[in-house]
Amino acid sequence: MTTSPSARAERLVNLVLCLLSTRQYLSAERIRATVPGYADVASDEAFFRMFERDKAELRELGVPLETGRSSLAEPIDGYRIARGDYELPDIDLAPDEATAVALAARLWDSPAMAGAARTALQKLRAAGIAVDPDAASAVQPRLRATEAAFAPLLAASRAGRVVTFTHRSHPTAEARTRTVEPWGVVSWRGRWYLVGHDRDRDDVRCFRLSRIGDDVRAVGARGAVTPPPDVDLVAIVAASAGPPPATGRARIRLAPGRAAGLRRSAHPDPGGDPDVVEIDLSRVDTAARWIAGHGPDAVVLEPPELRAAVVALLRGSRDRTPEAADAGSAR
Amino acid sequence: MTAGGVADRLPRLLTLVPYLLARPGIAVAEAAADFGVGEAQLRRDLELLWMCGLPGYGPGDLVDLSFEGDTVTVTFDAGLRRPLRLSGAEAATLAVALRALADAPGVVDADAVQRALAKIEDAAGRAGSRAADSADAGAGEGVAVVLGRSPGGAEDAVRRAVETGRALRLTYYSASRDAVGRRVVDPMRLLLVDASAYLEAWCRRAEGVRLFRLDRVDDAEVLDEPSAPPPGARGREGAGEDLLRPDDGAHVAALVLRPAARWVAEYYPVEDLHADDDGSARVTMRYGDRDWMVRFVLGLGDAVEVLAPPDLAAAVQVRARDALAAYGEA
Repeated sequence: MTTSPSARAERLVNLVLCLLSTRQYLSAERIRATVPGYADVASDEAFFRMFERDKAELRELGVPLETGRSSLAEPIDGYRIARGDYELPDIDLAPDEATAVALAARLWDSPAMAGAARTALQKLRAAGIAVDPDAASAVQPRLRATEAAFAPLLAASRAGRVVTFTHRSHPTAEARTRTVEPWGVVSWRGRWYLVGHDRDRDDVRCFRLSRIGDDVRAVGARGAVTPPPDVDLVAIVAASAGPPPATGRARIRLAPGRAAGLRRSAHPDPGGDPDVVEIDLSRVDTAARWIAGHGPDAVVLEPPELRAAVVALLRGSRDRTPEAADAGSAR
Repeated sequence: MTAGGVADRLPRLLTLVPYLLARPGIAVAEAAADFGVGEAQLRRDLELLWMCGLPGYGPGDLVDLSFEGDTVTVTFDAGLRRPLRLSGAEAATLAVALRALADAPGVVDADAVQRALAKIEDAAGRAGSRAADSADAGAGEGVAVVLGRSPGGAEDAVRRAVETGRALRLTYYSASRDAVGRRVVDPMRLLLVDASAYLEAWCRRAEGVRLFRLDRVDDAEVLDEPSAPPPGARGREGAGEDLLRPDDGAHVAALVLRPAARWVAEYYPVEDLHADDDGSARVTMRYGDRDWMVRFVLGLGDAVEVLAPPDLAAAVQVRARDALAAYGEA
């Protein structure tokens, strides 16, 4: 038996109103006899199928449907909605707080998150709070989550389901299938990562979402994955994607008036020479790339291993392309 | 999902009654706009609610609405006095964004954000702790956000200038020119895109709308004169990458990225990615400032090869020779 979407919506609203208005648990049969829309259903089987779907719809929406018995004498479980669990608690936002909430809701530039943000604001407004969606229009926040893997990975993390997907270890590498227990997705400084337990490697791993294919599949049961208690997803990503702590300093001689970027990151030279700077050094290869790019405008004084790394890059640039050498000498 | 789909419509129907209850005599069009639907759809929703009510379903049991002109008032709510509590996903969406904004570099008032966060978490927590077996009870947030680094301390002055509509004198580090310069700008708005905060302003020196990354503002002085972008000055439209598209990526380089430089394809906007058999990647990359591009290529050493343009390849080589001379290598 099919009903129009409109009739189903009407039935569901009536079901919510009915279950909110009762303190007693109502049996399915009682509900069938009471709520308009169920009475026309011919067979028991059709009714129970319809009722199961309706319960699932309400729970999906977050309606706290309770099951239980009002007395031991009742033969089967009934249903009710406790008003205290259903209703949004009192919440009072000052105008600047309401503006902050409106901005937060605007942050998300992803269908999966923007939809939830929109309905959250509607509920707050229905609670009488003046949340102006255009508040503070002088601020335009945007957090993109355009990767196809974002929505399914977020859903699987929340549902506690194992996922499989194809993943490339670098942009041109061959894609390989991974099986991961997802703990959550993390946006770290503008890039999205999945954090979880990699079953193939039997270890904690971060995966950049841009390297994950559009073939994310949730496999296995809900609730099968439980992140370790007190796990800090952000700390895991920061340790994996962030720069290691500085281990020392590099001294660099700069051409007068040049290399403003290096100067901005520098500690003042203890010797007082404005063109000799010291920068924190964590990874030699990263620092070498940055310094080598300045060519003759930045010359490493120490440490020797950084000096050697810069010289190696410069030799690479000098010797790399014979055609370019011709073009250069022809000028 | 269409506006008629039950998954979309049911939450709206349940929220609509308390929403209208809080706003007696609201214009139907205004309510429709708040719910992001057309006026005709909202009227259909109201007609449907009129058919709903409490067991008994007599005239006194049904949701009752009174229409006056183009406005509507709820006269009997049938028990729908408050909206449904925030779902786990809704609460997480707001809480994660608020937490990110609280640590964001100077775009919003962090104190107000913290207070709002505490209230949202409190409301979600009080409701959630008593939740029965709804689908998302006990689900983790599953998502966390960390925005960019904290800038140097000029962000308060920048925000004040935007809020009060004053012109600003900026001491600004331009990464493309690798130089610090001073300029007077007319602020338009603040943008927070992915990890970084930007001031969008009319630059009087460049005579155009420019984006200034807040962590590159070394100093900002709020001037007495008002912010006055010329009438034709337009902010950037759209979102995401459109917002950050370089103004002047007028040049195109063709590069071969050896395996040691493949990371470039993920961190810079390259096009036409093509994998070679030896593990290299051929790409094209737009750039606006040639000196920036020379620095970029020079820093990659032999991990990158410039196929075109020839003058870029030549300039890189000249700079490499000069630099090696500075290291005492002929």
